[in-house]
Amino acid sequence: MDILQLLISGLANGCVYGLIALGFVLIYKATEAVNFAQGDFMMLGAFVTIGLTNAGYMGIPFWLAVPISISIMALMGYLLDRFVIRLMFGQSQTAVVILTIALGFVIRFVAGMIWGHEPQSLENPLAGKELRLGELVLGMEDVAVIVVTILLTWGLYEFFNRTKMGLAMQGASQNQLAAYYMGVPVKRVQGFIWALAGAVACIAGILFAAKGAVDPSTGLMGIKAFAAAVIGGFGSLPGALAGGLIVGVIEPFASRYIAAGYSQVAPYALLLAVLIFRPHGLFSQVRVKKV
Amino acid sequence: MSFLEVKDTTLKFGGVTAVDNLSFSVEEGEVFAIVGPNGAGKSTVFNLISRFYDPIAGSIVFDGHDLLKSKASEVATFGVARTFQNIELFDQATVLENLLVGRHRHRGTNFVSELFFTPSVKKQELQSRHFVEEIIDFLDLQAYREKRIAGLPYGVRKVVEVARALATDPKLLLLDEPASGLSVEETTDMRWWIDDIRRQMGITVLMVEHDMGLVSGVSDRVLAMADGAKLALGTPQEVQSDPAVIEAYLGHVA
Amino acid sequence: MRIVFKTDYMQDIRPWKDTYQLMLYMILLAVVIAAPMLIDDFYLGELTNVLIWALAGMGLMVLTGHTGQASLGHAAFLAFGCYANIIMMEQGVPFMVAFPLAGLLTGLVGVIIAIPALRLHGIYLAIATLAMSILTDDIIVLTETWTGGVSGKYAPPVNVFGFDIDRWGTPKEFYYLVLGVVVIVTLGYINLMRAPLGRSFIAVRDSEVSAQAMGVDIARTKAMSFGLSCAVTGLAGALMGLFAGAFNNETFSVIISIELLMMIVIGGLGSIHGAFLGAIVIGFLPQFLSISKEWVGALFGGSSVAIPGLEFGVFGFILILFILFEPMGIYGRWLKIRTFIELFPFYRKDMFKRQKSYLKTERLR
Repeated sequence: MDILQLLISGLANGCVYGLIALGFVLIYKATEAVNFAQGDFMMLGAFVTIGLTNAGYMGIPFWLAVPISISIMALMGYLLDRFVIRLMFGQSQTAVVILTIALGFVIRFVAGMIWGHEPQSLENPLAGKELRLGELVLGMEDVAVIVVTILLTWGLYEFFNRTKMGLAMQGASQNQLAAYYMGVPVKRVQGFIWALAGAVACIAGILFAAKGAVDPSTGLMGIKAFAAAVIGGFGSLPGALAGGLIVGVIEPFASRYIAAGYSQVAPYALLLAVLIFRPHGLFSQVRVKKV
Repeated sequence: MSFLEVKDTTLKFGGVTAVDNLSFSVEEGEVFAIVGPNGAGKSTVFNLISRFYDPIAGSIVFDGHDLLKSKASEVATFGVARTFQNIELFDQATVLENLLVGRHRHRGTNFVSELFFTPSVKKQELQSRHFVEEIIDFLDLQAYREKRIAGLPYGVRKVVEVARALATDPKLLLLDEPASGLSVEETTDMRWWIDDIRRQMGITVLMVEHDMGLVSGVSDRVLAMADGAKLALGTPQEVQSDPAVIEAYLGHVA
Repeated sequence: MRIVFKTDYMQDIRPWKDTYQLMLYMILLAVVIAAPMLIDDFYLGELTNVLIWALAGMGLMVLTGHTGQASLGHAAFLAFGCYANIIMMEQGVPFMVAFPLAGLLTGLVGVIIAIPALRLHGIYLAIATLAMSILTDDIIVLTETWTGGVSGKYAPPVNVFGFDIDRWGTPKEFYYLVLGVVVIVTLGYINLMRAPLGRSFIAVRDSEVSAQAMGVDIARTKAMSFGLSCAVTGLAGALMGLFAGAFNNETFSVIISIELLMMIVIGGLGSIHGAFLGAIVIGFLPQFLSISKEWVGALFGGSSVAIPGLEFGVFGFILILFILFEPMGIYGRWLKIRTFIELFPFYRKDMFKRQKSYLKTERLR
């Protein structure tokens, strides 16, 4: 029972990692850029929602605040693409990585200026409620996190593999010029995908802040989520979620069964192991260049 | 034993047979061309010789060296140089630096002497520069010597590719579609250069090319390929009049 | 308008183009040698810090700027160099031996790490090195017996040619120690970059397939680059430890790794100058910010309270501007200005124009 409890809380954590990882993979899949600020987007989304709904700030009802903040973050994502990322057209992947890392610094600074550096929780209708299944006691927030994550991943997966827009996006990532010739509106596709990533980050932020507390440095969690995305094999949506869950579960178990300090070590050690034995993640998409 | 001997070589990508039990040999001093429709496996043959791919069967021997037992970087040290169909130059370096990289296989100095830039390193640098300057003169690249590749027009890059391969002072030169994307004048230049490379420098040339005018103008023997296999081998005239080749290019004539 | 006429191949082989350029570098060298006489101990300390960062920047520049392997984990090598140096000194090894040995050991670690890293490209290498940097913190805590863990270690004064040198007691001597190391490393770096090994680094950076076709052994070249990069970074780490005086598991955090990479991007990737220019920005930014904060405070009558994260915020912002508008960094901008002056009035706007290119997929290797 103890193990099961540990597993469920690990899974709930893993879902948040998975959602951030999903944001990484979304952008990578469609634009082949890596947004290292995805974790900071998540943090920002959490703070925007807190700012809208918490009694100490604006106090808007929770179910109204959620769609507003998701829209705000989607707009942020779109604007970021429109005014920053688009200027980078044709530059190397590494340049985009460095740019978004720098962006993360800026976002953390701005968030700290607005909301301060104290950890804050999101006031929400599920707070404190429990779900009892026999002897198992589950926090409603944990349950909500798991359900929302599964639904979202499934939806995005279907979108990418079934709809015309989704397929267009995959095409745009693999060869921008060719996609452009085939009539794919590459720029619009990119703007859309960044907006989508912003929205997903916001949902991750809401879930994270509802079951814990968020402060500006929470954005650095993006690094761990990125590790999760790589473990899952960059470029695969279910893989990203799987990677997130693996990292989420491995953390509590490592600190429980090895030693307290190891919950930090375990995910990165796993990442290094994966990279050494499968240099492109568990579900690789890399092929050899043709010359 | 021929200069370059490709024997019973087969390569598969998944279920596709890219090169199918192919054999041919190139004699020292000749210009040997490989022709064939797109996807016939011409460039793949080059990539096999360059050791970018591992064949599942067969042998490739160059000048007494078993290439399949060598690393990709060793192929160049035996004296095989190549160009790339889609231009693979060092974009952020100048033309001169690109050509100097070509001298890498003649590097006789080690890390420590280079760290202190000893007189022997200096001497070697001067020698490399002299050699490279001759190539620059030969291919008329003087005007571009200190230009970065990233800013050069396509036709010039194509010539720099050849220049860089020549800078390695090769015995065998592999040219992967040297005339693709070139204008009529540039193609004519290329034709004279290939002739000179063989006559003046004494370098054996193996090339993949679509332009039949260029192929019949410079090559001694031609290998026609389709679907990874040999169709015909002989002089340009023989190959061009071979019924199997005509069928592969034009489809079956009823 | 200044035109350099080339009459001799040596003009391209030696590090300076003409006497004029040589003179400029000589003047610069004279100024930095005279610096302790010109500025007070506080600013001399800042200058020392800049030089140490420049040294670390050169370490990373070899790998990232010249060989094209982005590393987000170089703080790990700073830490290794620092701890190796101090631990050896505590065992009674004199500094003059421990210091180069620390660099050498760090270089060896780099070569060992290069073996698995050879299979990784682009972002995969970046994330692997990032993970390594994060793990460094924990490894230092876990190996507490040697490293002192969370409580850390103190740097003893060091003895160089019979002089006792200590960052606080004898800042001038410490400055000369750092300057000496930086000058030696810079000269070695310049030599390498004009020799075949340096060119093979650039070849690997720009096109691995054709580097291979030219006879460059990719694995060996990358391992060499890793080794050199880590050795220089290790030396910088050892000096950083001496400069800080005290350090523990958190001194060389992953943030330092990121900062180091950002620094060389701001300075200008692919040039030795870039490492120095970036170090100047990172070294003097805190000074600049505190001065401008006081100035703003005096102007608007606001209080000059510390704003947490301000440094990183501003630093990040500067970096974004650079990547967007001057991807070649400060050194790239300087080249444009210089060309403008040299060619005046014939400079054309499009002389340095970047070619617009469509994104090529990097899933193909």
